[in-house]
Amino acid sequence: MLVFGGIALIAAGMLFGDIFAVFVLHQNGGQSGEALLAAAHAVAAQDVPAVNAAFVRVGNLLEDRGTKVDAHVHMIDAGYLALLLALVQPYVALSAPRKKFLAKLFLAGGLLLPVGIFLIHYVGLAYSPFPVIGWASILADSAGALLIVVLLAEGWGFWNYVRSKHSSLVEPEPPKDRTWERRALLSGGTVLMLLGFVYGAWYAGVNLYEHENREMLILKDLLDQPAGAGGLTSSVNAYGRLQAEKAVQIAAHSHIIEFGLLAILLAFVQPLVFLSARWKRIWVGVMLAGSVILPVFVLLELKLGLLAGGIADIGGLMVIVALVGMLVGVVRQTGSLDAEVGRTPRKALGSAQ
Amino acid sequence: MSQARKVLIIGGLVLAAVGMLYGLHYAVFVEHQTLDRMGGALSNAFAHAAEHRWDESQHALTAYRETKYDYVRQVDVHSHWIGLAMLMIVLGVVFDEVAFSERGRFAIALAMLAGSIVFPLGVILQTARMAPLGSALAIAGSGLVIVAVGATAVGFVKGNAT
Repeated sequence: MLVFGGIALIAAGMLFGDIFAVFVLHQNGGQSGEALLAAAHAVAAQDVPAVNAAFVRVGNLLEDRGTKVDAHVHMIDAGYLALLLALVQPYVALSAPRKKFLAKLFLAGGLLLPVGIFLIHYVGLAYSPFPVIGWASILADSAGALLIVVLLAEGWGFWNYVRSKHSSLVEPEPPKDRTWERRALLSGGTVLMLLGFVYGAWYAGVNLYEHENREMLILKDLLDQPAGAGGLTSSVNAYGRLQAEKAVQIAAHSHIIEFGLLAILLAFVQPLVFLSARWKRIWVGVMLAGSVILPVFVLLELKLGLLAGGIADIGGLMVIVALVGMLVGVVRQTGSLDAEVGRTPRKALGSAQ
Repeated sequence: MSQARKVLIIGGLVLAAVGMLYGLHYAVFVEHQTLDRMGGALSNAFAHAAEHRWDESQHALTAYRETKYDYVRQVDVHSHWIGLAMLMIVLGVVFDEVAFSERGRFAIALAMLAGSIVFPLGVILQTARMAPLGSALAIAGSGLVIVAVGATAVGFVKGNAT
């Protein structure tokens, strides 16, 4: 259940991220630029209420964008945690029904948390009994609390296992195979993470401070030239370009590392993917290829424009398709286990006769 | 369980707990105030400029810069600590498959643990008016993590070849 739910959450979170990137991200950036330009024009017109109104709009757009990014990130991270929990189940000393109940709670929390975050922007403070927290925030916080409770309960089960001197595993570990798929995912995942770390170090050393300084220079320009309407537009455009530069560089860094971690986690669950070796290899290849294509073409978006954005989206889609392919294998594996359980009593009955 | 795996799994669990507690403390006691201050400072910079109060506008812009500098690094500390901890736990599960001697694996695990502690710590020090020391620690820590992950990748690839 945790393996299936974890992969499903990750795939759904990625699909949401792809849809967000195509239909919301660029439009939101354009509207933020317009709002900043309106604020700069309001400075030129010495219109303080218009300045405040423009910043209210900027805040609204930032909330819209931020909650969608957070929903995407939290759904995927809940999926990662579900996969990690699946790995440690053999060491959690709790009864099978309790473990099943905890798994259901965790998946419910992992689904409701991003749904709550997504709704924050739309629900706002409507019908809320609190002055600053809306119903959607309450839903998100409650779901987060549910995840914490489940993690504590799993920790309690692990503590029980440690206290019992590791006498025996509570349930069998997944077989540790040395298949091509497992080795490719382990090596590929670690190399992806290494590339992400090296790129992150380069970004911090070369671009972080330069971006911070450039942002201040652009904002100073905006404030210093209220009379020059043409200059305002070019300053706002420069600000938009800077935000885009930062966004693609940070996205490339974080996505390649996340994909690396996902590849390593998927290496562990390969024995539970009930597909032929050929199909398993295909999905591993598609997954690793998509994991390279997305961050590389996100980076190239500034140079190649929408073409690179489109290719990056295809990279994301490749990862999603590979995950769904593996998910089908997990469903087939659980189906085969159910069939096995169904056959056992009849066999036993037959031998008794 | 080998020493290297213990270092990665136990170190990762402790680091994850520290990162989460740090994030919880920041979210409850600092973040909202910081975001308000940051948004308010930028908005004030523009509003004062509209009133031709240039000095106050510059002060507000400087306040925005300083607040944002702190905010970006505090959030980075929280996310990097937890992210590195998760990586350590996950690698700890399969670290015996890294094709080096037990001593070599232990050295890699120690380097990863040390780097994962020191790198975000350096970033915190950058916000505590100790920027040169903080930067030096952040560079050293991230370098250690990169070397350790690189060695792990080589170990996995070597294991594939044998």
